[in-house]
Amino acid sequence: MPEISVPTRARGGGWRVWALRLPAFLYLSIMILLPLVIILQDGFREGIAELVHQITLPLARHAILLTLWTSALMTLINAMMGLATAYVLVRYSFPGKKILNAIIDLPLAIPTLVTGVMLVLLYGPQGSLGAFLSEKMGLQVIFSPTGIVVALLFISFPMVVRNIQPVLEDLDRSQEHAAATMGATTWQTFWKIIFPSLVLPMLSGSLLSFSRAVGEFGSVVIVAGNIPMETQTAAVYTLGAVESENRLGASAVSIVLISIAFLVLVVTTALRRNRGVNL
Amino acid sequence: MNTERKGLGGWALILAVVVYMGFLILAPLLALVRGAFSEGVWPVLQSLTSEMLLDSFWLSVRIAFLVVLIQTGLGTLIAWVLVRQDFKGKFLINGLVDIPFMISPVVVGYMLLLLFGRNGLLFPFLDSRGIQVAFAVPGMLIATLFVSLPFMIREMIPGIANLDRQQELAAATLGANQWTVFWRIIFPQLRLALLYGITLTLARALGEFGAVLVVGGGVQGRTETTTLYIFRCLEERQYIEAYSAAILLGLFSVLVVSLTDRLKSKGDKTHTREVALEKIA
Repeated sequence: MPEISVPTRARGGGWRVWALRLPAFLYLSIMILLPLVIILQDGFREGIAELVHQITLPLARHAILLTLWTSALMTLINAMMGLATAYVLVRYSFPGKKILNAIIDLPLAIPTLVTGVMLVLLYGPQGSLGAFLSEKMGLQVIFSPTGIVVALLFISFPMVVRNIQPVLEDLDRSQEHAAATMGATTWQTFWKIIFPSLVLPMLSGSLLSFSRAVGEFGSVVIVAGNIPMETQTAAVYTLGAVESENRLGASAVSIVLISIAFLVLVVTTALRRNRGVNL
Repeated sequence: MNTERKGLGGWALILAVVVYMGFLILAPLLALVRGAFSEGVWPVLQSLTSEMLLDSFWLSVRIAFLVVLIQTGLGTLIAWVLVRQDFKGKFLINGLVDIPFMISPVVVGYMLLLLFGRNGLLFPFLDSRGIQVAFAVPGMLIATLFVSLPFMIREMIPGIANLDRQQELAAATLGANQWTVFWRIIFPQLRLALLYGITLTLARALGEFGAVLVVGGGVQGRTETTTLYIFRCLEERQYIEAYSAAILLGLFSVLVVSLTDRLKSKGDKTHTREVALEKIA
């Protein structure tokens, strides 16, 4: 087909360009930037020393650390299982595959509060699985950090799978065939040929799920409860601080949560640019 | 795609994934249904028709509807500007769009309290005009707008990037004005992206909990959405009511999303996201 040279973007200024650009910028600034500026200003109001003091108070510090390690553990499991799931769904055919593919996105559709309710019903003392686990194996899921990790795994399951799947589908298979012809085992082919192209999508999906997990509230507050120094995460701590009008504490822990989000955002943006993708 | 021959390892991997997804996703769903119907169908029907639940659902739907409307207009506009216009610092704006994905809903609610609450920056201005935002529906609307902001934009960006520019130019050459070009050429190509954006925004808006809890306070009959109603029922140990409402809300969101999924898979599959992304790079 003959290609016609087409200008891809509007050039220069002119009122038309700004008529679109101005409302777009305004909406984003008022909705996102303004609240962020306000909370930063509030957190630093009494100086950095006070901010650090608020964060290192035992309750706050425990909540932040709990949030970080449960999210990190979830991210690790989610990365491995997401990779396995994507591989199985793309490369194998088996009965029930369609059902699996259809339910992957459910966690994105189900409200996280509902997720919490479901998990309490399953793993709580009156739930069949919960009773079995606590009696036979001594494993307490509800009101424990284990429950937090399970809830986080549920809500972030699609993020890694859906990031890897399209890349795996588009992968050029001639290299694999060549490797197999030269006597490489399936295992070798996977790690040497397939895995390297999946590292970046897996990493960016994992980072996304990590940042989502750090801020998660609805499912965690139901599953883990609100036990200070035990199951109280940073988001739940913030809620408590807001409710007890502990403004300094609420702002300080909020700023920690926002900083983690920003850090992840910067890294994922850098990763994406590395892949040659600008938007 | 030809599929692989499965050795023992292959089957083991499949089994592991099936068991994992079964426990992680399916088992909790079944547990919810079982829990709600543990005392039979009648209590569930009774709680589903309770006035408090219907009131809360009506509030959720109204907020979600408004949010979808605003997000459709402004989200499309932002996506359009990001794809079609060149300016410095575009990657910053692009990063800004993703921030609501990453910030805790509790923090979102709290930030809005700092703006609109009793000691808030905008409180004196709004209060003197008799407008209440915090602990009222407008605040919950803003909170829901914040958390659902990225969905429409992220769906529309590949849609707009994949638009066939030649058709637009041809139409313009043939004398169509911009309005006609938009409705006759551009809009039909964006329908699927629009539909998917609306669905995701709707599901997110209906399910929002943390942000509306903090900024709205969950006052029964005034600022209680369905998620807040479920939360209150759990705290008051009215379990059947909570489970029934959870099923209603979960089922509604899942239905909306899976219907759109079906529509989308019937639509054009050739344009994958990555291709679209590279086009604007």
